Amino acid sequence: MAKVSPGGKNHSRPLLEVRDLHAAAGEAEILRGLDLTVNLGEVHAIMGPNGSGKSTFTNVLAGRPEYRVTKGEVRYEGKDLLGLLPEDRALAGIFLAFQYPVELPGVRSREFLKTALDAVREHRGQPKLSVREFNKLVEERVREVEMDVDLMKRSVNEGFSGGEKKRNEILQMSVLDPKLALLDETDSGLDIDALRIVAEGVNRFRAPDKAIVIVTHYQRILNYITPDYVHVLLDGRIVRSGGRELALALEAKGYEWIKEAVESGRTSV
Amino acid sequence: MTQAVAAHDTYLSDFRTFEAALPPGEPAWLPELRERAISRFAELGFPTARRGNEPWKYTNVAPIAEGGFAYSAGPPPAVTPDEVRSGIVWDDGWHNVVFVNGRYSPALSSAAPASGARIASLAEAVRADAPLVQRHLARYADFGDSGFTALNTAFLSDGAFVHLPEGIELRTPVHLVFVSTSDVRPTVSHPRALIVAGANSAATVIESYIGLGAARYLTNAVTEIALEDGAQLDHYKLMLESGDAFHVASTRVEQARDSTYSSLSYSMGALIGRNDLRVVLDGPGGSSRLNGLYVTAGRQHLDNYINIDHAKPHCTSRLYYKGILDGESRAVFGGTVLVRPGAVKTDAYQEDKNLLLSEKAEVDSKPSLEIYADDVKCGHGATAGTVTEDAIFYMRSRGLDLEQASALLIQGFASEITDRVRNAPLRAHLERLTLAALRGFKHGFTS
Repeated sequence: MAKVSPGGKNHSRPLLEVRDLHAAAGEAEILRGLDLTVNLGEVHAIMGPNGSGKSTFTNVLAGRPEYRVTKGEVRYEGKDLLGLLPEDRALAGIFLAFQYPVELPGVRSREFLKTALDAVREHRGQPKLSVREFNKLVEERVREVEMDVDLMKRSVNEGFSGGEKKRNEILQMSVLDPKLALLDETDSGLDIDALRIVAEGVNRFRAPDKAIVIVTHYQRILNYITPDYVHVLLDGRIVRSGGRELALALEAKGYEWIKEAVESGRTSV
Repeated sequence: MTQAVAAHDTYLSDFRTFEAALPPGEPAWLPELRERAISRFAELGFPTARRGNEPWKYTNVAPIAEGGFAYSAGPPPAVTPDEVRSGIVWDDGWHNVVFVNGRYSPALSSAAPASGARIASLAEAVRADAPLVQRHLARYADFGDSGFTALNTAFLSDGAFVHLPEGIELRTPVHLVFVSTSDVRPTVSHPRALIVAGANSAATVIESYIGLGAARYLTNAVTEIALEDGAQLDHYKLMLESGDAFHVASTRVEQARDSTYSSLSYSMGALIGRNDLRVVLDGPGGSSRLNGLYVTAGRQHLDNYINIDHAKPHCTSRLYYKGILDGESRAVFGGTVLVRPGAVKTDAYQEDKNLLLSEKAEVDSKPSLEIYADDVKCGHGATAGTVTEDAIFYMRSRGLDLEQASALLIQGFASEITDRVRNAPLRAHLERLTLAALRGFKHGFTS
């Protein structure tokens, strides 16, 4: 497995290209000209204070209906993404790990995951897994995220602890095997053990034919997942990009430092 | 007086015809009971939906009162076993007791091996077990304030009788199947059941109500259940009447000390349906678990009117009802928990949740508490809503299309009730019925 080193850019295979993206929720414009290119094999961390548009960005990519794209374009595998329904984006290989995973009362986890996997595999031209094969796969992946296998018999996320919900997101990602994983503050609210488990799951997923975008408020998770790029999102735009050192600088100096730098300089970005 | 007298001459004259044709040799109390009941019906008539008549505020029975449903005095029409068994859950190993238009049909019934329980037609029990039947029959289903119950009692001659002697634990379910047939003119049947569970006995009783044929008919059913000390009953009522039928049913449960009553009321059929359920916790330590699921579409109207009477201390009641409404259908939930003076340490909760799949569907959900004792724990809740956008988006983001996502969510909603069915074949049957109904829905969730 060839690890793509920071700077060793894989320009020949852009997976996601975001150009001048503007998006609004209701009347409020939240994204205001966001640009980002993600190549296969890369891990990007997008950091920003509350309200900077981090969650909006990942949700717009996944197709959440509440957000309206007002300007710009997003290409995924070279094709327009924004015209696709959320399920078609999922089938094409985009996976959003939710900041707040939704509880689905009465919908059993195992059945839900099987239905989703059947849809994804059908789209990829793969045969459905038998119940036996599916159970084996799930049991193996459940073990990896150190979840109680009994949770799979329960309703999706219902009565799960915060950590279990986030691990369930990683489990779904690992079973559905997407190309582009969008992690929306998957680290927030996790204790150190759960954070380690989630990070290990992401690291296992990392591969030359995948890409990962981690959206986070804190750099803590980046101690476990080394990003190729770190971007700072402010007021709906990426105002600075760099390597891992940018995350450390943010932790040391806070977001105010970037804000001031951006406001005073504007040229030094 | 909360009920108005409606035109009901047909019923009074049909009663005289019915009475004249009764077999001789009945114990004297039975004709006397009928006379009192028909007189009461003559006074009460059918209830009217209007202000001040709380039990019938949201359900207009004028179509029933004006329907001119005739009592069919002749022998019931021929019905084949396949006709009966196609629409319901059927297991040859159960005690299956089939009634056509309220009358016991030995040909359609199938008896399981002897078990110590007495499972018979009420007509036969009146002759063979007169003192026992007299002690319980019409004692719980009071017709003093209900025209429907009065009418059923006036026409009482047959029905189901289930008696569990003390200590008998019946492992085989008892399945009471009430078949209504339709005729060229609208007909009425008055199914009746009496279930007496002796001390420390246990059983599962399933009531299935079905209709054959498409014409309009009225089923006016009364079921009385007495649980003696420590008795346990799992009771299922499956209302699967024809789409154009009217169904009015009254279930009255009397619970003695430490008895447990679990019920599941599943309603899917009938144009106008009404389930009255009244449970009296009349001995300390009693427990009631009442579950319900109603699935309606088109112009159906379904009313669940439930009254839980905590008459003695240390009793527990739990009520969970759920509705799935499509089309222009309408559901009513009226649930009252009454805690009488002295019924301390009562623990009661009732909840009614509804999923509205169409903008034109409507529900009136009114759980209420009347508490006259201290040191009790009571709560209630009611909700009505659509499938949430968040849940739909979450599922779509995993690759499920809108239709799959809504189907899973709606089934999931229903499964919170069907999962409580302990009998596995019955649970599977209810899941299939629900799924089939949901597939037929015109609406469904659209984001």
